[in-house]
Amino acid sequence: MHRPIHELTDAYRRGDLTPTAVAESYLARIAALDERVGAYLTVVREHALAAAQESERRWRAGAPLGPLDGAPLALKDVLCTRGVRTTCGSKMLEAFVPPYDATVVERLRAAGAVVLGKTNLDEFAMGSSTEHSAFHPTRNPWDLSRVPGGSSGGSAAAVAGGLAAGAFGSDTGGSIRQPAAFCGVVGMKPTYGRVSRYGLVALASSLDQIGPFAQDVEDTALLLGAIAGHDRRDSTSIAAPVPDYMAELPRGVDGLTLGLPDEYFIDGMDPEVERAVRQAIDVLRGLGARIERVSLPTTRHSLAAYYIILPAEASSNLARYDGVKYGLRVPGRDLVEMESRTRAAGFGAEVRRRIMLGTYALSAGYYDAYYGKAQSVRTLVRREFGAAFARVDLIVAPTTPNVAFKHGEKEDPLSMYLNDVFTIPGNLSGIPGVSVPCGFSGAGLPIGLQILGRPLDEARVLRAAYAYEKATPWRARRPELA
Amino acid sequence: MTTPDRYEVVIGLEVHAQLRTKSKMFCGCTTTFGAPPNSQTCPVCQGMPGVLPVVNRRAVEFGIRTALAFSCRVNPACRFARKHYYYPDMPKNYQISQYEEPLAEDGFLEIEVDGGSRKIGIQRLHLEEDVGKLLHEGTLETAQASLVDFNRSGVALMETVSRPELCSPEEAAAYLRAFRAVLIFLEVCDGNMEEGSLRCDANISLRPRGQTELGTKVEIKNLNSFRNVQRALEFEARRQAQALDVGERIVQETRLWEADRGYTRSMRSKEFAHDYRYFPEPDLVPLRLDRAWVDEIRAALPELPRARRQRFVTQYGVPAYDAEVLTQSRALADYYEASVQAWGPSPGNRGDRPKTVSNWIMSELLAALPGDDELAIQRSPITPARLAGLLRLIEDGTISGKIAKDVFQKMLASGDDAAAIVGREGLTQVADEAALSQIIVSVMAANPKAIDDFKRGKKEAKGALVGQVMKATGGKANPALVNRLLEDKLSKT
Repeated sequence: MHRPIHELTDAYRRGDLTPTAVAESYLARIAALDERVGAYLTVVREHALAAAQESERRWRAGAPLGPLDGAPLALKDVLCTRGVRTTCGSKMLEAFVPPYDATVVERLRAAGAVVLGKTNLDEFAMGSSTEHSAFHPTRNPWDLSRVPGGSSGGSAAAVAGGLAAGAFGSDTGGSIRQPAAFCGVVGMKPTYGRVSRYGLVALASSLDQIGPFAQDVEDTALLLGAIAGHDRRDSTSIAAPVPDYMAELPRGVDGLTLGLPDEYFIDGMDPEVERAVRQAIDVLRGLGARIERVSLPTTRHSLAAYYIILPAEASSNLARYDGVKYGLRVPGRDLVEMESRTRAAGFGAEVRRRIMLGTYALSAGYYDAYYGKAQSVRTLVRREFGAAFARVDLIVAPTTPNVAFKHGEKEDPLSMYLNDVFTIPGNLSGIPGVSVPCGFSGAGLPIGLQILGRPLDEARVLRAAYAYEKATPWRARRPELA
Repeated sequence: MTTPDRYEVVIGLEVHAQLRTKSKMFCGCTTTFGAPPNSQTCPVCQGMPGVLPVVNRRAVEFGIRTALAFSCRVNPACRFARKHYYYPDMPKNYQISQYEEPLAEDGFLEIEVDGGSRKIGIQRLHLEEDVGKLLHEGTLETAQASLVDFNRSGVALMETVSRPELCSPEEAAAYLRAFRAVLIFLEVCDGNMEEGSLRCDANISLRPRGQTELGTKVEIKNLNSFRNVQRALEFEARRQAQALDVGERIVQETRLWEADRGYTRSMRSKEFAHDYRYFPEPDLVPLRLDRAWVDEIRAALPELPRARRQRFVTQYGVPAYDAEVLTQSRALADYYEASVQAWGPSPGNRGDRPKTVSNWIMSELLAALPGDDELAIQRSPITPARLAGLLRLIEDGTISGKIAKDVFQKMLASGDDAAAIVGREGLTQVADEAALSQIIVSVMAANPKAIDDFKRGKKEAKGALVGQVMKATGGKANPALVNRLLEDKLSKT
């Protein structure tokens, strides 16, 4: 029953399958396999079955809520769910139960989706491997000795491993696209502001964006369509109409100009990745796209700017976790001791590192040299993309420089950070991007093709991804989990 | 108590005013004072994970209104910023405030000093959110536990920073009074200092007279009344003068005013050695202010206290003191004008009615209203029309001024109008000469000693007789008539 959502709902319509049977089947797979994968932190069996039964009633009455009614989905555990604990993969929030739903969750419930559970992540979404969850690591369904990428590794692994039909994650520097590439699924980061961040536990407010993981591009369009659009509770969400993404998909790439950035093919990248991506570009050319070289020279400063802006905003966003109001509290003799002990015990090493980096970067006397400078780089990155998009419709590039690495392989934080070198510019500039499977390494590990578009031009990004997916056999391959 | 003349005092005030918006600065929670703890909170003002702020449009409007009243330049775009420090009454451990790009800058407030007036510069005006309140079990030093009430967390605050142009503690208090009056007139703040709707911090430094360079400043917190502002600054000016006299260096620090003990004390520098690590609030987009909206707010500005005060003196001929009192709030000034209008123009060219109204308001009405509630007057059972009705009865001789004061109290208690009370209780003055003559004759017969005294030149004795007559008539006799008749009779004995 591990089929794309659009196929499941077709089956519901025909009466060949029921949402309850599908939900039960997913829950059974989770029960049987997730011990090995570790995709989930919390499975909400009862909630899921109740939602599936309601969906079933609607389908039987011929009145489904839409194309997601009865779709079994997983949510990264940074999306607040009323009554269901939301841990952010941290000891700090191990027992935190939000009293409200994130806007995205509200919209998914209104669309009839069946939430199966909350997925694992690097603590507070800081990481690229999902090894740094405070609870357990997540493993890549294609090779359990390897990481699924991160920080939304649980969501990516759930979709790849058939433990959810679709999932949602958050992408601050590549946290959707990179694990999508590592796990051989489609993952999309929408334009900053396209999807409301209300109820997404913030990592870096000016970079975070929620997006879907799916088995194919069609589902990606469906899932994005369900959550996109202005929300008055998020002042940074954009008040622009949401196009019918599904309707745009079949339009193909014939006549589109795709930019190929020189700076995204670097020394030291995995040759298998480079070969797969270049072949993918040939496929797109074959489908009628024009390929043009573009230059994005500021790319090489992106990582440095990102690692100032992100820790700065994170240090501020994470200040609220002090043991006073909710979450972990470690007693102390006085307030300061309680807060210090709580934060020392509640946060893992990477979180503490970034809080320290960010606090430093915002300090009096250093602000201009660090945060101010990084914002200038950000402006340049944005301008550079703007200039490129004046010439080309889309930019195509590898999602990551390499395939999924082994657990424990990247101990040095810097080498871990380098994993996001191709995805970070998209966050700095706020533009939309998708990672779509474009082949496998010799060892059978998935490779991702990244397609970036103009702000709010998700429809064109998805359209190119769809054309490519239709022309290639990759989505037929599934990991052998059980 | 004064600072030695060789020093010049330089003071600047930072005033925080809670805006009278129905909901909080960044969420929809209500803002009623005194509600049960944490009953007016939501995930946003509790700083829950994942929440986002949304700017309250009305708070921005109030900020603009105030800025325009102070002739500030309203910036076409402003921005919110995060100000970081750890304190348990602040749920996010940062406050959303404004830093480099405030709502408005460069205005002034005109204050009255020694019969003249002076413009005090206003450097900036910005919006921010209030913090919650800590409730300690016992004192802060001994409490075993503290509780947090987030009802106040997120309430819209407007901070206004004056330039260091106030030259004395008296001027500082005058500034704060004038400031408060403007806010109340604009109906953007209730001005209640006791409930913390208006809070003040002061910066004060001394410099040898004639020196242009400013001395080291000290910040004083916890100034929650006009009196405390003045007392604290007087104390601090003396303290600094004494230190400078003996060649001590003033330490730049924050000091706390201990109102009960009458001194300022240094707060441990550790407590306030903050690096606030400001940076632009990424959860909010820069606020662009539509020119037309600002113009609309400007066009709707009410007449401000100072202008109104001047108009009261010229239009109604009341003394400056009366005008000052009557313009303490917009509600009071409105009440005054409505009362004068209800009574109508003074007969002939006497022009005395406006002053009579003023007397009654200042001596009777204000005494009967709670001093801390500017709007209580709007709910007073004695409406302007009723007050005019009462004054009319005095003017036409129906009741005496003394009886009128009793009637006033009865009006307050019952909510009835003056004529009804006077009619019901038979309080009309006895102005019947024949009836009064009889009473006077019997009073004189009963007080031969007073008559003897009067004849021997003790003029006060007449007063005692008038008193007896008034007593015999239950206060209803027309005093002027009693005097005339009594004098007549005394001259004949």
